[in-house]
Amino acid sequence: MGCVRVIPCLDVNNGCVVKGVGFQNLEEKGDPLLFARSYEEQGADELVFLDVGATVESRKMTLKLLEEISSEIFIPLTAGGGISSEEDMRSVLRAGADKVSLCSAALRDPELIRRGARAFGSQCIVISIDARKAGERWHACTHGGKQDTGIDAIDWGKRCRELGAGEILLNSIDRDGTQTGYDLELTRAMSQAVDIPVIASGGVGTVEQLLEGLQQGQADAVLLASLLHEGRLTVKEIKDYFREKGVDVRC
Amino acid sequence: MVGIIDYGAGNLYSVRKALRYLEMDSIFISRAEELDEVRAVILPGVGAFGEAAHRLEIAGLKSPLQRWIDEGRPFLGICLGMQLLGESSEESANGRGISLVKKSCVKIEGPRRIHMGWNRVDFQDDPLFHNIPRKKAYFYFVHGYAFPADTEGAIALSEYGTSFAAAFRIGKAYGVQFHPEKSGKNGLILLKNWRQSWDV
Repeated sequence: MGCVRVIPCLDVNNGCVVKGVGFQNLEEKGDPLLFARSYEEQGADELVFLDVGATVESRKMTLKLLEEISSEIFIPLTAGGGISSEEDMRSVLRAGADKVSLCSAALRDPELIRRGARAFGSQCIVISIDARKAGERWHACTHGGKQDTGIDAIDWGKRCRELGAGEILLNSIDRDGTQTGYDLELTRAMSQAVDIPVIASGGVGTVEQLLEGLQQGQADAVLLASLLHEGRLTVKEIKDYFREKGVDVRC
Repeated sequence: MVGIIDYGAGNLYSVRKALRYLEMDSIFISRAEELDEVRAVILPGVGAFGEAAHRLEIAGLKSPLQRWIDEGRPFLGICLGMQLLGESSEESANGRGISLVKKSCVKIEGPRRIHMGWNRVDFQDDPLFHNIPRKKAYFYFVHGYAFPADTEGAIALSEYGTSFAAAFRIGKAYGVQFHPEKSGKNGLILLKNWRQSWDV
């Protein structure tokens, strides 16, 4: 029936991993290529690279990095951070990404989703939604959650799907960094509202919480950063645990 | 030399990178004459069936590829490139494929609109799957349509709500519904096997 996916996320700036660098021998170098190799070896199903600097210089480094990684690692790669035009999409795809992740640019210009899907296919367009609790619902935010757009996050997810998005990467701003687990209500609401895969992100500290995201949150995939970078969990440990609990994962 | 068909429907770069990793030379082919320069052909593809069939036709590549396959020359269709070997697809009422396989692609009725992610592939004995461990035969899929499980020449099945043909072989032409170029080690082994089927 298809496997759930475990997806490590690397935040990069000027070609270096910039947060949660915990692998001792990798820490000094902060070399995304070493992280990527290690995660692929552990059984990661995909990799996501977010260019958090997203300046011209940082973008150049990210393209070079994508070139390097996609020359030796043959699992799907997603690139994001500062992508705001079809030209941006084309350049990261040419460099070796298989998918692009859009956040603020899509909120500013929703038609970008349609244009991107038409040019490169829906499977290529991942919409990243930063959601913050607002009363009984959630709002889509930009700038790492600092700016509230006032747009209902679930409605935005549905709209993205209609415009041709292929996947939704859902991040709970309230839970981000708390290690108290996913916002399960949010994850489930999004998962039920759209018929495209939902990737859960933000707030996880344990494998049990990851499993909750899949079972109660009904997510199709889980995205992780610092838990992996700091070596608190390995992709293999996560997958072994899922398998033990009867969840189908790639081995 | 492998020719990767470039008809504006798909990410050619990832296929080329996987071939390069395996030390296989490749060129992109956008005109029929260029087929003379290669021994084997890969037809990649993402997007809608009708649009892709149309692009192949206007690029003047459809009949030459048909002939290529009829002559028993090495061929590998990936994802939509496999589907284009059929007659048509439920996805696009007007599109006509290469019709090597007398079947039409049908909609996959799984939990999500499209089947995206890794899935188990249950394969028969065929050199294409040589050295791939049966219990670990996971491949990466991205598609909404596929050939039904009873398609002639099917050598592998997978299941996402519906059971479907994950790979087939007719003569020297192979089709795979998954993306070997994105399926990690298994995918690389499969591409190597494919080369061995013609580069002896």
